[in-house]
Amino acid sequence: MIEIRWHGRGGQGAKTAALLLADAAFETGLYVQGFPEYGPERMGAPITAYNRLNEAPIRVHSNIYEPDMVVVVDETLLKSVDVTAGLKPGGKLLVNSRRQPAEVLADFPDFGGEIYVIDAADISIRTIGRNLPNTPLLSAAVKLTGILKEADFFTNMEKAFAEKFASKPEVISGNLNALKDAWTAAIRINE
Amino acid sequence: MSVKNRMSGNEAVANAIRQINPDVIAAFPITPSTEIPQYVSSFKADGLIDTEFIAVESEHSAMSACIGASAAGVRAMTATSSAGMALMYELLYVAASDRLPIVLAAVNRALTGPININADHSDSMGARDAGWIQLYSENAQEAYDNMLMAHRIAEHPDVMLPIMICQDGFITSHAIENILLEDDGPVKKFVGEYKPHKYLLNTEEALAVGPYSVSPFVIEMKRAEHEAMKNAKQVILDVSADFAKTFGRSYGFFEEYRMEDAEVGVLLMSSAAGTAKDAVDKLRERGVKAGLVKLRAFRPFPNDELAEALKGLKALAIMDRSDGFSATGGPLNAEVRAALYGKADTKITGYIYGLGGRDIRVEDFEDIFGELADMLTGTELPYCRYRGVRE
Repeated sequence: MIEIRWHGRGGQGAKTAALLLADAAFETGLYVQGFPEYGPERMGAPITAYNRLNEAPIRVHSNIYEPDMVVVVDETLLKSVDVTAGLKPGGKLLVNSRRQPAEVLADFPDFGGEIYVIDAADISIRTIGRNLPNTPLLSAAVKLTGILKEADFFTNMEKAFAEKFASKPEVISGNLNALKDAWTAAIRINE
Repeated sequence: MSVKNRMSGNEAVANAIRQINPDVIAAFPITPSTEIPQYVSSFKADGLIDTEFIAVESEHSAMSACIGASAAGVRAMTATSSAGMALMYELLYVAASDRLPIVLAAVNRALTGPININADHSDSMGARDAGWIQLYSENAQEAYDNMLMAHRIAEHPDVMLPIMICQDGFITSHAIENILLEDDGPVKKFVGEYKPHKYLLNTEEALAVGPYSVSPFVIEMKRAEHEAMKNAKQVILDVSADFAKTFGRSYGFFEEYRMEDAEVGVLLMSSAAGTAKDAVDKLRERGVKAGLVKLRAFRPFPNDELAEALKGLKALAIMDRSDGFSATGGPLNAEVRAALYGKADTKITGYIYGLGGRDIRVEDFEDIFGELADMLTGTELPYCRYRGVRE
């Protein structure tokens, strides 16, 4: 079982990314869960979203406390949320940041797993035209899980976007480009 | 044919409603059930259903509109949660005592206060004496399956009572999970057409629904309602058996998980049962004879059947996701103990857990099973206490 925890703020699409990741994993034949944990329902409040991916049916309905991977959608949360809490020692941490690798690394002196950084804002602004970091982060996260080959992922997501954006098809190509640009954009910053 | 899909509990229920294509839906939005009427109104706008969708101004009106529609002789449905169900409260009794087989998609959420949007069972437990059939669902699949069976149970001539299909707010209503959806044709065939025996718009046979009733009649009507709820037991079993034959998934009043030789067990409802099953498996690997009973039908309450299933246990934990404020324990605790009274010497303790969406983990259930093991060696445990509270 692969367990993933997303940290974001209301309105940034952490929940949507978790649901899309569940969709992508479902297409590979896996059993999936994708679910949000809401605090107050408002823009900007910290929210957590979760994924479980497994080869057997998933029965557990609790939150995830010992994830294999953590995705930080908004690094301003690092001041108030212990994002690596329970993250497995050999796990993966993916941080959306525009800062230099050394600066990001300095935020996690005690985490011994793999740390990756991606500038999802830059990719998103270039491809979609707005800062919607969840689409690039979804792509980077899927690559890090290793559940899907690049080509299969893009094919599946094209289908998913066609459904999700049925009422605004003009945004589909930008989102697909964001996925493609992000696939190789997450850089590991530690040894 | 079953088709593999993935969706949230709300979307699953909405898809069941699309396939059922009821005559009337009257609903007012409230988190976390809002998505159900939202999906249904999209289905309506897309021409997938020809349901009359009534956007009312409150839940009181939603249930009132359902009562009017159902009394007129058509299938009526609604969806609600928490304070929405509380605002329907008066009408829940009217629907049941007028013997109207309305179907309500309940997405369980804490009742205020403090105001909270997350799961517990205080809303539907508050309505437990209203005369509604109540089925509880562990996951999106069960919420979908229970919804497909709802009309057949409620509309059966021996029953004619409203039914609510419950699932846990957010935990399953907003979680994407794998699900098997059935094709529209077989579902429509299974659900069938509603042919009311008596209805207001039948000009051949005049009828009054819900008039004032004087003392010489009220208790007779309540006695008939009591009998209908008793009849619902056999109908639930019959419809579930037909469902299993048609779609291959079996349901009863409750699910017994690894209970054959179980010595310690937990009894609970809805989403936490899945988490508890993982704990049962872990304990079994360690040689502990652990088991679980997940109650599906809380109304009608399967008193004797439950006693039969539980009486072999040496220790039992009854888990309530609502308090009830009796000052002794939650409603499940009271009713399950009553079912076992005089029939078993099982040691019993009760827990209140998960209020306002407080998470319960596999490790919590491992602890609880540990406490049951302690009971077997003489530790006295209280009648009921809170689990997972910061004190």
